[in-house]
Amino acid sequence: MYKEILRSIENIEIYPIISLIIFLLFFVSMFIWVVKTPKSHIKHMESLPLDDNDSITLP
Amino acid sequence: MNDSTLERFYYDNKIVKYFGAATIIWGLVGMLVGLLAATQLFLPEANLGNPYTTFGRIRPLHTNAVIFAFVGNSIFAGVYYSMPRLLKTPMWNSTLSWFHFWGWQLIIVAAAITLPLGLTTSKEYAELEWPIDIAIALVWVAFGANMIGTLIKRRERHMYVAIWFYLGSLVTVAILHIVNSFELPVSFFKSYSAYAGVQDALVQWWYGHNAVAFFLTTPFLGMMYYFLPKAANRPVYSYKLSIIHFWSLIFLYMWAGPHHLLYTALPEWAQVLGTAFSVMLLAPSWGGMVNGLLTLRGAWDKVRVDPVLKFMVVAVTAYGMATFEGPLLSFKNVSAIAHYTDWIVAHVHIGGLGWNGFFTFGMLYWMWPRLFKTTIYSTKLANTHFWMGTLGIVFYALPLYVAALTQFLMLKEFNDAGRLAYPNFLETVIQIVPMYMLRAFGGLLYLSGAVVMMYNMWMTAKQGVFQETEEDQAPALAKSYHSTGEFWHRAWERKPIFFTILATVAIAIGGAVEIIPTILIKSNVPTITSVKPYTPLELEGRDLYIANGCVGCHSQMIRPFRSETERYGEYSKAGEFVYDRPFLWGSKRTGPDLHRVGGKYPDSWHYHHMVDPRSMSPGSLMPPYPWLTTNELDVSDLPAKIRTLQKLGVPYAEGFDQEATAQYEQQAAKVVANLKDAGVEVAANTEIIALIAYLQRLGTDIKQNPTASN
Repeated sequence: MYKEILRSIENIEIYPIISLIIFLLFFVSMFIWVVKTPKSHIKHMESLPLDDNDSITLP
Repeated sequence: MNDSTLERFYYDNKIVKYFGAATIIWGLVGMLVGLLAATQLFLPEANLGNPYTTFGRIRPLHTNAVIFAFVGNSIFAGVYYSMPRLLKTPMWNSTLSWFHFWGWQLIIVAAAITLPLGLTTSKEYAELEWPIDIAIALVWVAFGANMIGTLIKRRERHMYVAIWFYLGSLVTVAILHIVNSFELPVSFFKSYSAYAGVQDALVQWWYGHNAVAFFLTTPFLGMMYYFLPKAANRPVYSYKLSIIHFWSLIFLYMWAGPHHLLYTALPEWAQVLGTAFSVMLLAPSWGGMVNGLLTLRGAWDKVRVDPVLKFMVVAVTAYGMATFEGPLLSFKNVSAIAHYTDWIVAHVHIGGLGWNGFFTFGMLYWMWPRLFKTTIYSTKLANTHFWMGTLGIVFYALPLYVAALTQFLMLKEFNDAGRLAYPNFLETVIQIVPMYMLRAFGGLLYLSGAVVMMYNMWMTAKQGVFQETEEDQAPALAKSYHSTGEFWHRAWERKPIFFTILATVAIAIGGAVEIIPTILIKSNVPTITSVKPYTPLELEGRDLYIANGCVGCHSQMIRPFRSETERYGEYSKAGEFVYDRPFLWGSKRTGPDLHRVGGKYPDSWHYHHMVDPRSMSPGSLMPPYPWLTTNELDVSDLPAKIRTLQKLGVPYAEGFDQEATAQYEQQAAKVVANLKDAGVEVAANTEIIALIAYLQRLGTDIKQNPTASN
C-alpha cells in the first residue's frame, strides 16, 4: 500500500539520497569544527556559567 | 576587558521567585491528583462518587498539571534565572515576563476547571480545548519575544550551550503545539480535530513524543548545563561534546514519534522510521548524560554531603535510564509487551519523578538560598526529602514493571486446547492489584518528600531577606566586531536569530518527512466501503466517551496478535477510523480493548455495567457511572456538530444537520425499547442511551462486509 503512495511522488528515489547527504555533511562538518575550535574559545564558553558572583554573596 | 565601558545592570529575581513558588505549589497539586488517580486503580470508590473526580477525567488533569504546571513553571524559573546571567543583561521586557507568568497560571487554572468538567479533546497532553490552545500560543509568543529581545540586548557575544537548548525548545514547542491543535470549533467548549483516524494518531504521537522531548527534556538539558556546573563549581566536562549533543539530539528526536504506534494500523514505513531513529537517539541522549555526570569529576566527595548535587546526580542518572529504556521500548517485540501495559507508566515516571522532579528539586535547593541571601534552612530535611523521593521512585516503578510483565504473560498464555488461558481480561487485572497498591504507596512517599521540601523552602525564605534585584556589571558589546578566524559554529553562536533558524530547520526536517506524506495523500488510508459516518446518536455517545475520558483505560486498537484477535476479534484496520475525530486508540489498557465491543453484549448488559460494573464483572476496577442514567443529554448543538464535521469532509448528506435531531430521537427510541424488553426503564434523552448506541456501533462496520482490506 505505502509503496503505491511513495511511487506517486515524482523523483522519489532522490529523497533518501539527499537526506543521507545532508545528514552526513552536517555531522562531518560539525565534527571538523569541534576538533578545530581553539582551546581558548572553549575555555571561555565553558566558564560562562561560573562568571557570576552569586556564590560569594552567601554568608 | 576594558573597565571604562563597564555597564551596571540588575537581574530580576522576583519573577524567578514567583515561577519557583508556582512550580512547588502546582507540583504538590499535580502529585496529589496523581495519588488520587492511583488510589482509584485499586479502590474505585475513591472517585468520590461524582464524574468530576473520576479516573477518566483526573488522569489528564494529573498529566497536564505535572507537565505544564510543575515542569513548565520549573523551566521558566530556570530560564529566567540563567538566561540573563549568561547573557549579562536583564530579561528584555518585564511586562512580557509578568504577562508570561500570570498568563501561564491562568491557563493552568483554566485546565484545572475544564478537564474535570469533561471539556477535552482527549488527545494526550493536548487535552485542552481550542480557546485555551490559543491562550497557550499567545503566552508562548510573549515568552519567545522576551527571549529574543534579551538575546539582542546581550552583553556576552557568544551564546552558551544552555541558551541553544532553550531556543530549540521554544521554537519546537511552538510548532508542535500549533500543528497538533488544528481543530474546527463547534462551540466555545467543543471542537473536532482537523485530522481523522490514522492521520490524527500520527500527528498526535509526533506531538506527544516531541512534547516529551522538547518540554520535558531539552529545556532541562539546558538547565543541566547551567545549574550542574554551578552546583559543582566547575565547568561542564566537555563543551565540545555539548555541541554534538545538542545538534544530534534535536536532529534525531523529531523522527521517533511513530514508535508509540507500533503494531497499530499505522503504515509500516512510518513504524520502521520511528524505530530506527529511536535507536539512534540513544547516542546523543547518553552523550548528554555522560557529559553531565562527568562534570562532577573530582567533585564526588561533594555529592556525599550536598543535597543539591545528590538530587542532580539521581536526576541525570534517571535521564540515562529512561533514555536507555526508550530505544529498547521502540523495538517492536519489546513494544508488544510494554504498549498498553503498566511498563509505559513506569517508564514515564522514571523520567517524570526522576529526571524532571529531582532536577527541579536540586535546582530549587540551589536557587532558593541565593534568592534570599541565606543558607538552606535545614540540610537534614533536604536529605530526608532526597531519600523519601528516591524510595518513592523505587516503590513507584518496580511494582509496575512486575505488573506489566505479569499481565503480559497472562494475556499471552494459551492452554493445551489452544484457547486463551485467561479469556477474561479482568482476571489479569485482579492479579496486579497489589502492585497498584505498592505504586500508590511510592507516590505517597514521593509527595510527602515534596511537602517536606515546601516546609524547608518556606523556612529558608523566612530566615533570609529576599533580594528583588541583583547587581552585575559588564562591558557593552562592541559595535564593530572582527570575526577573523571565526567560522561555522563559533560564528553561529553569536548570531542568535540565524542560530534559531538553523535549529528550526533541523527539527522541521524530521517532522516534515513524517507528517507531510500522511496529510497530503488521501489514499494513504485505504477506504473500506462499508465504513460509514456515525449516526447522530452514536456521535453524541462518542462525545460522551471522550468527555468521560474512557480512552484513559480502554484502547480501540486490536493489534494483529493471536492473543488479541482471539480475545477481542478481528484486528483493527486503518480504514475503519476515517470518521474518528479525534482518534481514540488509547495508550493504556486498564480495561479491555473496546474496538469490537459492538454487538458483543445486549444493550441491557451495558446499562447494568455502567450503573454498577461489579454487578456484571465481579472484581472490576471500573468506577460506577450511575449518573449517566439520569443526566439529560443536551443535543441543541447537534446540527452545529454535523455542520462542523461536514466542513471537515465527513460525507453526511446535504441538509442532514436539520434531520439529525429527528434521527437521533428515532434511534434513541429503539435503544429504549431494547432496554424495556430487558426490564430496564430509562428516558430516551439520557446520556446512557447515546453511550450504549456508540458502544454497540464500535467495530461493527466491517462485519457487514468481511472483504475489507488493509
